Amino acid sequence: MSTATDTAANAHGHDEHESHGLSDLGYIGIAIILAILTAVEVSTYFFDFGALEVPSLLILMVVKFWIVVAYFMHLKFDSKILSWVFVAALVLALAVFAAMGTSMVFWQDPAGCDIGEFC
Amino acid sequence: MADSTTADAPELAYGPTHYDELEHPPLSTGVSNEKLTMWSFLGSDCLLFGALISTYLLLRNRTGPDTHGPTAADLFDIPFTSVSSFVLLMSSLTMVLAVAAIVEGNLERCKLWLLTTAALGSIFIAGQVYEFTTFYREGLGYTTNISSSAFYTLTGFHGVHVSLGIVMLVSLVALIQRGSLTVDRAETVEIIGLYWHFVDIVWIVIFAVVYLIP
Repeated sequence: MSTATDTAANAHGHDEHESHGLSDLGYIGIAIILAILTAVEVSTYFFDFGALEVPSLLILMVVKFWIVVAYFMHLKFDSKILSWVFVAALVLALAVFAAMGTSMVFWQDPAGCDIGEFC
Repeated sequence: MADSTTADAPELAYGPTHYDELEHPPLSTGVSNEKLTMWSFLGSDCLLFGALISTYLLLRNRTGPDTHGPTAADLFDIPFTSVSSFVLLMSSLTMVLAVAAIVEGNLERCKLWLLTTAALGSIFIAGQVYEFTTFYREGLGYTTNISSSAFYTLTGFHGVHVSLGIVMLVSLVALIQRGSLTVDRAETVEIIGLYWHFVDIVWIVIFAVVYLIP
């Protein structure tokens, strides 16, 4: 039998068993991890990482992105349908990125101009 | 005896069927419409920023015909931008603490964290204004070359998003202050929080791809 609390919770789309994420200390811990990752990112500007620089920056960016989305935006604890909505949009955005990236290769002018008249 | 309407209604596992007790009928997704709408909006914003970032990367080293002047990458002040990035990152922490506070029923603490978040966002915007002003004095205007146009459009759009977020945060504080936003509407703060975290993750990408990757 539903209680009034259950009714209100369901009306707002919350399952009573749904977790709301971490404790305050947990969030502070996540923020410290993000700060450390940012410090590592910035260190690539001051120190020479050679061939590892770009891959390490991309990996750090993806990890930071995922941590914020999963923990601060609660996607890890929320309904899967929200994850699907966001991931689908991300895939589309990456497709736009890839499509525009190809223009850098296929529209290259052999004379040295990069993209047609914009040289 | 149940009437025909009740008898024909499907059994819903996720909520009661006494519609009169609810603000709206049970939701087929199991998620509130407001939250789903915000996530859909954020998804569409991913496409916007995906296009803007792609455009910048395509044009970052180009000045265009009959134009000259520096590119934005020539003028970057990485230590300064790193501090701005850190400030915005920490504003995500204060935002999530504001959401946690209202979920726990502590409106005063929620207001404090919301104001802190708005203050950190304002510091970020102040830094962006300083950066733009410095670049302009160094000879990099919006129409100096196609690289500068792409840079200002991308970072400017992000700055507008942050500014709108600050307005929403201050509005939340005002609503709590006048008693219009109470603990039973904690999801409103959570939804604005989603928007705020989104501008943070967009900056995570911009900071790495535009500023740090050579």
